[in-house]
Amino acid sequence: MAVKRITTPLTEEKVADLRAGDSVLITGRILVGRDQVHKRLYELLQAGKDLPVDLTNEIIYYCGPSPAKPGQAAGSAGPTTAGRMDKYTPDLLAKGLRGMIGKGYRSQAVKDAIVENKGVFLASVGGAGALLAKRIKESRILAYEDLGPEALREFIVEDFPTIVIHDMYGGDQYAEGQKLYRRA
Amino acid sequence: MQQTAVREVRAEDITREVARLCQEANYFLDEDVTGAFTKVLTLEESPVGRDVLEQIVENARIAANEQVPMCQDTGYAVVFVEVGQDAHIVGGDLTEAINKGVEIGYREGYLRKSIVGDPFERKNTGTNTPAFIHTTVVPGDRVKVTMAAKGGGSENTSQLKMLKPSDGVEGVKQFVLKAVAEAGPSACPPLVVGVGVGGNFEISALLAKKAALRPIGSRNANPFVAKLEEELLTEVNKLGVGPQGLGGSTTALGLNIETFATHIVALPVAVNIQCHASRHKAVTL
Repeated sequence: MAVKRITTPLTEEKVADLRAGDSVLITGRILVGRDQVHKRLYELLQAGKDLPVDLTNEIIYYCGPSPAKPGQAAGSAGPTTAGRMDKYTPDLLAKGLRGMIGKGYRSQAVKDAIVENKGVFLASVGGAGALLAKRIKESRILAYEDLGPEALREFIVEDFPTIVIHDMYGGDQYAEGQKLYRRA
Repeated sequence: MQQTAVREVRAEDITREVARLCQEANYFLDEDVTGAFTKVLTLEESPVGRDVLEQIVENARIAANEQVPMCQDTGYAVVFVEVGQDAHIVGGDLTEAINKGVEIGYREGYLRKSIVGDPFERKNTGTNTPAFIHTTVVPGDRVKVTMAAKGGGSENTSQLKMLKPSDGVEGVKQFVLKAVAEAGPSACPPLVVGVGVGGNFEISALLAKKAALRPIGSRNANPFVAKLEEELLTEVNKLGVGPQGLGGSTTALGLNIETFATHIVALPVAVNIQCHASRHKAVTL
């Protein structure tokens, strides 16, 4: 299992080096948004309007952190279920979004859009929010503060641990990993 | 007529204890869960799976030491209240006392507020209330409060089906296996699987939730059901889903079944999926 380090922004060249099953440590700025942020971005795209943030070569982390305690850059910040973003994802990838971090199965439409747009889907460990918070150095709200924990944020992360699930070549680590241990 | 002494329980004590339980459930893993992790760390076949399990154990250590939530989804506040029929709640309304406790616990404990007030409008209530309260009246003069911080991701993967009696035990097994396979990585395996069999539509779901809250490794008092729990846990772990769905031999830490009487036409089965943290704490007042 290869361990790779990448620094954002996530260019096509960097994505080309990532394969399903790779461990990836991410450093730099990542966007943070989940259900309602996706809905709003999608609706803006549908209406032909500008987005509050340029998605080109960005990674978006599906996460709604808990409130930061004094002294913390961010509260606990593990991944949320990616499948809820499936409806909106192909349009965001087409708009330049390069990477997504979350957990859980993606739809076939999303897997196809990852290959077509040369993107990547990475997983961080669900339920390890306190551990992952240690890798977040800064956090600020970019838009949609009214959404509370669901606001659009940016995190500055250092060696944020992820694993490649879907690469731009159609690799699928959930399918490959589970096949090895299925006894039924 | 014999007079029974009524014992008073103050609403403000319920509020204070609910607030404490909300925080402790989110900061501290129960011993049955830590014990289960120690065991599966030696059994997990996948190196990636073992690495994930170690990260989860380390996460729990950080959460407990720093008193921060182990997961950012600090859950629906699901509160089971068993009110002794000889207890008299004074100084306030029980539901209000619980909701106030949840609000204080989540605010002061830096826990995330994850509840929207209306399923269509979807505006966050900002307090993590209302709590999801189940009250039963029991013998005695005590009030027992159990608080479960139930994660939304795992709750979303839960399933219920009204099977036919002819589907039998095999039908129940297949439904449970299907629910766990479909939940996959979304529910943060290794899971605690709560299964409710029997009752009617709503009772089966409640049985499943109660089953999910039973300690890992506890067995149903009915020997047939206890054996089914063992068999199904083995079969769930043969699915290969593994820690975080990355493949492995540990898909569930535990599987508990609760049963109840049902109708001659029915075999309801509900599967409540619980993430690995299985966060709940109880107090008796």
